[in-house]
Amino acid sequence: MSSTIWTPSLAELPVRPKQPTLLQLTSPKWRSIWARLRRSPGERIRGRTVLLLVAAVGFFLVAFAISWRIVNYFKGVPEIGPLLASKMLGMALLAFMSILLLSNLIGSLSTFFLARDLDMLVAAPVEWGNFYIAKLAETVIHSSWMVGLLAVPLLAAYGIAWHGGLLFPLVAAGALIPLFIIPAVIGSVITLALVNIFPARRTRDILGLVTVLAAGGLVLFARLARPEQLARPEGFANLVDFIAVLRTPSHPLLPSEWAQQMIMNWLNHVGDPLPLALLWTTAGAFIVIAAALHRRWHITGFAKAQEGAEHFVRGARWNGLAKKILIGMPAMRREFILKDLRVFFRDSTQWSQLILLGVLVPVMLLNVQMLPLPKGEQVQPGLIAVILFAAQGLAGFVIAGTAERLVFPAISLEGRQLWLLRSSPLDAGAMLRSKYLVGVVPLLLLALALTITTNHLLHASDFMTLVSVATVVAYTLAVGGLALGMGALFPQFDTENAAQIATSFGGLVFMLIAVALLGVVTALELWPVLDEIHAREAGALTMTVTIYGWIAFAGVGGLCVAAGAIPLGLARRRLESLEA
Amino acid sequence: MIRLHQVVKRYGRFEAVKGLDLEIRAGELFGLLGPNGAGKTTTMRIIAGILAPTSGTIEIAGIDVMRKPVLAKANLGFIPDRPFVYDKLTGAEFLRFTAALYGQDGAEIETRIDELMDLFELTRWKHELTEAYSHGMRQKLIIASALVHRPKVIVVDEPMVGLDPKAAKLLKLIFRRFVERGGTVLMSTHTLEIVEDMCDRVGIIRQGELVACGTVDDLRHSASDAKAGLEDLFLRLTGGHVEHDLDAVLG
Repeated sequence: MSSTIWTPSLAELPVRPKQPTLLQLTSPKWRSIWARLRRSPGERIRGRTVLLLVAAVGFFLVAFAISWRIVNYFKGVPEIGPLLASKMLGMALLAFMSILLLSNLIGSLSTFFLARDLDMLVAAPVEWGNFYIAKLAETVIHSSWMVGLLAVPLLAAYGIAWHGGLLFPLVAAGALIPLFIIPAVIGSVITLALVNIFPARRTRDILGLVTVLAAGGLVLFARLARPEQLARPEGFANLVDFIAVLRTPSHPLLPSEWAQQMIMNWLNHVGDPLPLALLWTTAGAFIVIAAALHRRWHITGFAKAQEGAEHFVRGARWNGLAKKILIGMPAMRREFILKDLRVFFRDSTQWSQLILLGVLVPVMLLNVQMLPLPKGEQVQPGLIAVILFAAQGLAGFVIAGTAERLVFPAISLEGRQLWLLRSSPLDAGAMLRSKYLVGVVPLLLLALALTITTNHLLHASDFMTLVSVATVVAYTLAVGGLALGMGALFPQFDTENAAQIATSFGGLVFMLIAVALLGVVTALELWPVLDEIHAREAGALTMTVTIYGWIAFAGVGGLCVAAGAIPLGLARRRLESLEA
Repeated sequence: MIRLHQVVKRYGRFEAVKGLDLEIRAGELFGLLGPNGAGKTTTMRIIAGILAPTSGTIEIAGIDVMRKPVLAKANLGFIPDRPFVYDKLTGAEFLRFTAALYGQDGAEIETRIDELMDLFELTRWKHELTEAYSHGMRQKLIIASALVHRPKVIVVDEPMVGLDPKAAKLLKLIFRRFVERGGTVLMSTHTLEIVEDMCDRVGIIRQGELVACGTVDDLRHSASDAKAGLEDLFLRLTGGHVEHDLDAVLG
């Protein structure tokens, strides 16, 4: 065979190959999504899809109803109503932008440095600008879709309350799109810097820490800023001061403020194009600068991303201790638990989630201390009960959030090793039991610590402490099962970053169900607790729970058992039929 | 030792495996050949219990895999084509975990782990995380994990991928000794020399159907060509053709 066939002369080489379009570059991603959504003609619509659609529509309706009620309430406040509503929109958009910044930090590490398609793309003669735009588009969509969905009911409420007209959705989209792009660009640049300083595997560790610390800091900041003060104008010296605070842009250089101004200008029929110009020119300038930075430093960062595997094992002492504690267990369960613990503590993207707890717990206790505790001798027991329920609700929320981070990803993390688990004689039930144990024990310790501390801080009665502790134990056991089960029903086997599993669609569905469960449990208990308090006020010396009270408590127990056991049962069936 | 009866696997309207009947005896090394997409990996994964057949039965050591999966899988060692292991476990921890999945632990397993690590020349990396292993080292680790619990049957998909010549030769030797001791090996591969060298019988699968089964001599006989090499037989039976206008493709 002639060598000229294999080695074309330089004269034959094209100087600049025709560049693929953005649509072509991103086609593997959007075609995959399209293939998942599309069904073959004969396939029936599955019950799960219908259930999801119903849940999504329900969520949108509830979110819209709440937003509409709040917006209308603020709008109706004489003189300062529109200002308050505008301020609230600004705060919501600021919260959205903060969430976007965090999710883009994690997302851009995956899309720019760890994704499996990078070898092919980097090896192809694709211009840097095209490469950057394609990857940025992927990051924006991946990191922003959930915030986009959350923004729809809120903005719809504003649009309807202010009669925004048919063009309002376009205006809202015009404000939101650059608001989504800017954090993605910032995320891509911070990631670029970190990857160039550290190897990517270490960067992932560090980024996990940075993200979790930032998220925690954000929660702490929001708590310390006490935004609820805005709803209490009596705290200000006079109304003029309060209006002045409302009129002043809290963060004049933040894109969320521009987006808020753009939307409110349209709704108030103010013709000021400055916010629109600021948003789009900033987004455009950021993209150009970031693309230039990526052109210069992406390849060195990407090269480092392929190095830096960890060789040695840490934590031998803890390893030995765990082995001793689990010594009496059957080999299969013991080694499964040990494996889960080792993988968790050796993977910084997983254990760093614990730092979030380190922030959430003090924030919760701070909240409890800031609750308006009645003072003096005329303490109303009913009010104490309501405050205790509020504290219980906060604790429940912290537990659900922790379960979402620690327990929900458990099955997804087995993704690539499923061949081993499925080809071995391991029973799906045994696997779920081991994972449940690993997840629920720390959750229970956290729940008990939180509940006992808050009850102590609030000087709760024995009865209330008993109710709180029993409730939180039942709720934690339920939420552990719910998180593990939902994680198996909505697995993310192909994820390139463990931190993204909790923020997936399934994670959102889990949180919605967990919060709904918390609401129903609290509502069921309110009745017997108030009955008991009234009985005490009437002079009863011992705990008094009526038959209806026992029925309510039994209802709570039954609900918690069902909420934990049903998802676990479904998960077992799913795992048994799972094809790896 | 392995028996498949009328095994069918459908993905929607596509039939990947079409009524496969196969029996592999104890002490036999059986090679499954076929072009890409013929249904080899699907068949291997069905036997290992990773995929569920649409219909049909599979038995390992006389035990139905679908009815009694735990008992059937206890006799099996499976080696997949892609070596995915837990990145954050060391080699020794991974083998210990695998043994525990088969209900085995204790001093005997520790000795076994040392033996296998030594056999595959992984002792130096025994206490290092597998994320630092090369592709070949991971492949060796997975082969070791399939042997750690002393199975009766080994199902192996593309065993030589990623192995250096020394490790490949060692693996051939292991499989040969394993079947001499009464074990059964079902091996899927594209490397015809390995099949010709090692396998007692060969099955050729095309579009989900077994189009030929027997010793290499049986296949030659059925093709009425006593001198035909396995490559020619394979191409004849699978209907493949390699003659293309290469100048047009490469020029």
